[in-house]
Amino acid sequence: MTDIKINVQNPDGSIITLEAPTDMGLSLMEFLKGNEYDILATCGGMALCATCHVQVISGIEKLKEISDDEFAMLDTLPNITETSRLSCQLKLANELDNITVKIMGDGL
Amino acid sequence: MKIETDIAIVGAGPVALFAIFEAGLLKMRCHLIDYLPQPGGQLSEIYPKKPIYDIPGFPTIDAQELVNNLMKQAEPFKPSFTLGERVETLNKIDERNFILKTNLGTEVHSKVVVIAGGLGCFEPRKPEVSGLEKYENGKGINYMILDPEKYRNKKMVIAGGGDSALDWTIFLSNVCSELTLVHRSESFRGAPDSVNKVMKLAEDGKIKLLLNSALSELQGNDLLEGVEINNIKTNEKTSIKTDYLIPLFGLSPKLGPIENWGLKIDKNAIEVNTDDYSTNIEGVYAIGDINTYKNKLKLILCGFHEAALMSHSAYKYMNPGVKYTMKYTTVNGVNTF
Ligand SMILES: Cc1cc2nc3c(=O)[nH]c(=O)nc-3n(C[C@H](O)[C@H](O)[C@H](O)COP(=O)(O)OP(=O)(O)OC[C@H]3O[C@@H](n4cnc5c(N)ncnc54)[C@H](O)[C@@H]3O)c2cc1C
Ligand code: FES
Repeated sequence: MTDIKINVQNPDGSIITLEAPTDMGLSLMEFLKGNEYDILATCGGMALCATCHVQVISGIEKLKEISDDEFAMLDTLPNITETSRLSCQLKLANELDNITVKIMGDGL
Repeated sequence: MKIETDIAIVGAGPVALFAIFEAGLLKMRCHLIDYLPQPGGQLSEIYPKKPIYDIPGFPTIDAQELVNNLMKQAEPFKPSFTLGERVETLNKIDERNFILKTNLGTEVHSKVVVIAGGLGCFEPRKPEVSGLEKYENGKGINYMILDPEKYRNKKMVIAGGGDSALDWTIFLSNVCSELTLVHRSESFRGAPDSVNKVMKLAEDGKIKLLLNSALSELQGNDLLEGVEINNIKTNEKTSIKTDYLIPLFGLSPKLGPIENWGLKIDKNAIEVNTDDYSTNIEGVYAIGDINTYKNKLKLILCGFHEAALMSHSAYKYMNPGVKYTMKYTTVNGVNTF
């Protein structure tokens, strides 16, 4: 099986579950953008703009540890949370199966 | 302030900088306006130290170095700049008579307008604390530091943890009378050299450092007088008297005022005619990332090409009836004004 499930929490708290392919080399940012979510991704996925900020609501323990560059970028934001990640730095792979994320946007 | 020029350019990114050169070869002078305090657009703001590999003739060049080179290439044509101001309105009075106005009241009168606004105006990210607007626009809260001298012998609070928060803390520690740096996390991830300097300043009592902390309240009447800081680990609150609060949480682009200038917009970009990158308003052009057309590529090199074609068309518009034949720079050289 190459599809995983990604749950996206809407601003009103409701959750939409999306099927995501793991065999196309996509990042979570690219996948969410492809699904018409409003993510700027100004830097195109280089961990340089933080406009792809998501809060991981559940499943953070399954994810690979955050890199220094990713944390450094997140750390410049006013609305960073304990479980914040840059969605461009998360490759769609089995460990993301069934995680729930909330899109934080560019903090503007 | 009133400025007169041939071509007014909205934005000072790489494409605007090259447009100065192309326009200069045709003896047209440019004035550039950008909301960022420095020229270079995305290159200097987002990725100054990243190498770029697809600039013709440069197997690799760092983004900031490309900006420096473009500035140098433009220099003979004596461009002028208004930095740290956002263009709010575009008015066409008549053919070859345009007025741009900025948020700080600067007026730029020109014969041609070129919009090289990239992804839009870089706007500051704001902290989540209520009543920010009350103290913006000269009442104590600034999101950019344009003139450090303004803070001499004043009390100030800087919020943020990135390189710009660290760099300004180091610089302003010698300028203001009291400085507090507030940061949400336990440590800093910026350039190690800057982090060490900030730690040393705090140790020596030259600045006050509040880690694991966030702004929780703004205090004051007409002007900002103080801030309350909450320690997010202990929930302990500290009140600090201050003249200024400078939140430095980075910038992110928004199309902004350009939307309301009567231009044809498609998905946050301006529709242009690819013959000369003119817009639906005669005398107004759009080049670089801000425009859209079939097969558009948001690349620096495409913006450079657009700047060249735009300049020749702008020349014809500015000088009706005057014939001009293109000459190579190898033949004519670069004749400064
Ligand atoms: C991380 C990253 C890597 C990239 N790598 C490459 C690469 O390898 N090769 C390549 O060709 N391209 C690359 N790009 C794209 C390239 O940076 C853009 O194509 C280029 O910056 C576009 O230049 P520009 O002058 O059109 O606009 P910008 O660089 O976006 O500059 C526009 C300026 O206009 C200002 N502005 C907008 N509206 C207003 C207003 N109303 N008032 C005042 N100022 C205003 C903005 O503040 C901004 O400074 C990359 C981009 C990023 C983010
Ligand atoms: S897209 Fe820029 S940091 Fe993720």
